[in-house]
Amino acid sequence: MIDITNRNLKKTDVIFGECGHKDSGKLPILETIIKKEADEIIDEIIESGLKGRGGAGFPTGLKWKFCSMNPVSEKYVVCNADEGEPGTFKDRDILLKVPEKVFAGMAICGHVIGAKEGYLYLRGEYLFMVPKLNAILTWFNAKIKDLGYDFAISIRRGSGAYVCGEETALIESMEGKRGESRNKPPYPVAEGFRNKPTVINNVETFVDVAMIQKYGVECFKKLGTQDSRGSKVFSISGDTLKPGVYELEMGMKLSDFVDEFGDGDTKAVQVGGASGFCVPRKHFAETIIGFEGIPTGGSMMLFNSSRSMYNVLLNYLEFFADESCGQCTPCRVGCQQLVKGIEAVKSGKKDADYLNVLLKLTDAMKTTSKCGLGQSVANPCSSIIGNFVEEMIY
Amino acid sequence: MNTQIKLTIDNIKVSVDYGTTILNAAKSLNIKIPTLCYHPDLCIAGNCRVCVVEQEGSRNLIAACATPAAEGMVIHTNSLRVRTARKAMLELLLSEHNSECTTCYKNTDCELQSLSAEYKITKNQLIDLVPYHHYTIDNYSPSIIKDDSKCIRCQRCVRTCEELQSVSALSVAYRGEKMKISTFAEKPMFDVICTNCGQCVNRCPVGALVENNYLDDVWEAIYNPNKHVVVQTAPAVRIALGEDLGIDHGTIVTGKMVAALKKLGFDAVLDTDFSADLTIMEEGTELLTRLKKTLVDKDPSVKLPMMTSCSPGWIKFLEHQFPQLLPNLSTCKSPQQMFGALAKTYYPKKKGINPADIVSVSIMPCTAKKFEANRPEMRSSGYQDVDYVLTTRELAVMIKQAGLDFNILEEEKFDTIMGDSTGAAVIFGASGGVMEAALRTAYEIVTGREVPFENLNILPVRGMDGVKEVDVKIEGTLPEWSFLEGATLKTAIAHGLVNAKKVMQLVASGEAAYHFIEIMACPGGCLGGGGQPIPTNPEIRMKRNKAIYEEDSGMVLRKSHDNPEVAAVYKEYLGAPNSHLAHELLHTHYTDRKKTEK
Repeated sequence: MIDITNRNLKKTDVIFGECGHKDSGKLPILETIIKKEADEIIDEIIESGLKGRGGAGFPTGLKWKFCSMNPVSEKYVVCNADEGEPGTFKDRDILLKVPEKVFAGMAICGHVIGAKEGYLYLRGEYLFMVPKLNAILTWFNAKIKDLGYDFAISIRRGSGAYVCGEETALIESMEGKRGESRNKPPYPVAEGFRNKPTVINNVETFVDVAMIQKYGVECFKKLGTQDSRGSKVFSISGDTLKPGVYELEMGMKLSDFVDEFGDGDTKAVQVGGASGFCVPRKHFAETIIGFEGIPTGGSMMLFNSSRSMYNVLLNYLEFFADESCGQCTPCRVGCQQLVKGIEAVKSGKKDADYLNVLLKLTDAMKTTSKCGLGQSVANPCSSIIGNFVEEMIY
Repeated sequence: MNTQIKLTIDNIKVSVDYGTTILNAAKSLNIKIPTLCYHPDLCIAGNCRVCVVEQEGSRNLIAACATPAAEGMVIHTNSLRVRTARKAMLELLLSEHNSECTTCYKNTDCELQSLSAEYKITKNQLIDLVPYHHYTIDNYSPSIIKDDSKCIRCQRCVRTCEELQSVSALSVAYRGEKMKISTFAEKPMFDVICTNCGQCVNRCPVGALVENNYLDDVWEAIYNPNKHVVVQTAPAVRIALGEDLGIDHGTIVTGKMVAALKKLGFDAVLDTDFSADLTIMEEGTELLTRLKKTLVDKDPSVKLPMMTSCSPGWIKFLEHQFPQLLPNLSTCKSPQQMFGALAKTYYPKKKGINPADIVSVSIMPCTAKKFEANRPEMRSSGYQDVDYVLTTRELAVMIKQAGLDFNILEEEKFDTIMGDSTGAAVIFGASGGVMEAALRTAYEIVTGREVPFENLNILPVRGMDGVKEVDVKIEGTLPEWSFLEGATLKTAIAHGLVNAKKVMQLVASGEAAYHFIEIMACPGGCLGGGGQPIPTNPEIRMKRNKAIYEEDSGMVLRKSHDNPEVAAVYKEYLGAPNSHLAHELLHTHYTDRKKTEK
């Protein structure tokens, strides 16, 4: 792997470090975990400050606590490996390199909340992984059975819809229905898969949990900042000389990041994929990558001055217009309006003021959309239009 | 959990039952929150986002229809944020909607239009998206027209078709900008398992699903001096028509309706009630014959339970989904089609008119009747027996077009012949009505006595339960029916096809041992038909139901076999129930429409 030279960035090895492997026949840390009380594990995860790695950043320990407190006996663990966000490809790496650790995290969750079944909801395009993952699962499931622990994991494949990364749409998809998000509340911890309490976490979150259990809370807390504990796996792409997957400490300054990964001509960084925020050069120094600044599910896309930010935004918006499930008004119609709207301004059919109409529209989409898809379209839209308004018009 | 939830809405404190939505909590305070995808008959979708309200402390607005009240919530239904967002939702919907309002069939009767008027959407700056979509209009069906360019994707129709009717002819296809409400392989409604029940039409808030109307054809016939136009009116029309003409729900307007029809220029205003009574004679006789053939003659070709065949939506449902049970369907035509067959045979003979000059129109609470009238089997007279079927709504339109002030019309009586009615026929309009009417007659045929229920009111078959089971013990039979002595006639009644399906699954699996089953395709029976005034909801259907039984109890004749015109038609024309001629004109056969496993 390529070395990191910037002294302010810290490369870590929490996620990808060796820890139990099928070939070695050894399970990652589960032997000891099984003996621990559920409450103790929950307290430790809460104490660690771990927040969900999918991007939204809900405190993992609390999510598990809510689900464990639910008196219903049938519960489920779901690992969200839909990885549909444009610019994100880190879960793919995690599942290829350390799948045992993902499954260990799921098993710990099952133990904590009292679930007997876990599902890996795998991005449809990751079909190539299925034989290998299934082989590992056969071994893994047998191994945890040997421990006297009633829990088994199986794979459910997605069918390519971006919205199915949204947890309730994912559940609908798992139930064989159309991928459409549900009304919330109830949240999945109360009524999830088959309307039973369900914990859904990102691939990386499960690995983090397993690693917190292995190395201890303090070890995890040493990494990152007050609001953003631990490390994060980033998918780095765009105008960079070293694209790829990197595990770095949370809470870095965007300027340090660009210094390391930029090509010397970085104009903007799209943090958090198409649904994330675009940060222009003038804000690099003051932007923290973490929950206190701009959080990301992992995607970091760099753009240099040869790129048209209008084209970048149009590309994102066309993506959303196509990937909206179409059920709710603001997302279905709003995305179409945004595409047509910026095209109209660019071509001169609408004057520049129309951009304000569009910004108001994104506001409405943010506050009224049924799920995160429609709500987050405002992010790229307002940040790209706001920072690169000339490129939108001329 | 029976706990009460306390919350504050628009600065008013209110306590509601656990599970109550914010929408209903607000309703209890007489605060109206606008909705589009919400419908009281359906599960919550929460997808139009027009009902969003502000919850203090919440970053986003929340959908009032989909969010249960929670302890301590502080809600604002009319804040600036809410108003702005709601307006934005309407502007978005309008930008995707083919707003040709002045030429739309639902003009002034459209929920999107009313909301747009209420919020004064006069400066919608958004881009018109309609030209960017390739929309189609499906007008192949004689019953329903589907215009995707008007659709606002609220999915009321999808939920109706699935939840109330278990048909799922309509469902969501594609996603994002291409998302649309479609049918299997995007075939026309005419070509899929749609039953034409029109429940979707009844719940579509805009003009995307409407009945195929025959207003101009009927006007043309009326004004044609060479044509004798007879009109029949179904039992459920008279208790609902008023709703479209400014009269309260559940008001009986029979006399005014007759008066209006005469003023419109129909040559004879007749009553489907007449043929409903005739249906009871035919169907009652068929039931008793089937009982005899199975119980006494042990004839394996005769199937029990016998199932009613008045509801054309139900017939098509069975043809698609349970074709193996078609032998169980009564061979009787529906009252509409019995009437139609006689309107071009018996009626012209008696009146001395050339049957070719007769135009037969029916006013029905139903859109499936339009399909039924067009079935190839329905030409027993040598002509199409019923030429045009209008819904209750279309009749209201005609009355308005003619400039009649419905409220002040002097009540009039039906013409003869084929205009006499009994209470038994009136109750055809409610779920359980055909059963009750049949029992009133069949029991008397078998025992020579009236059914053993006070005032002939067979209360257990009435009401809004989805499936009703009623056992009637037969005692003191006449000698020729002695094989039924002491027997218990087991009956079931279901309305709404989702309930029909439950009963059919029991019958198909052999788990249920019924003798006679009444099914109506629509919730509540014909009174909740797809052609009835919009809106519909449980409360409105209850009021119509009450009106129907009021009409019944107020009638002198309440048993089908007492209808003098029915007696006359047998005496003068048909001979006896189930006679050869009766079979030729009043009975039919069915088509297996299942497209798999062949």
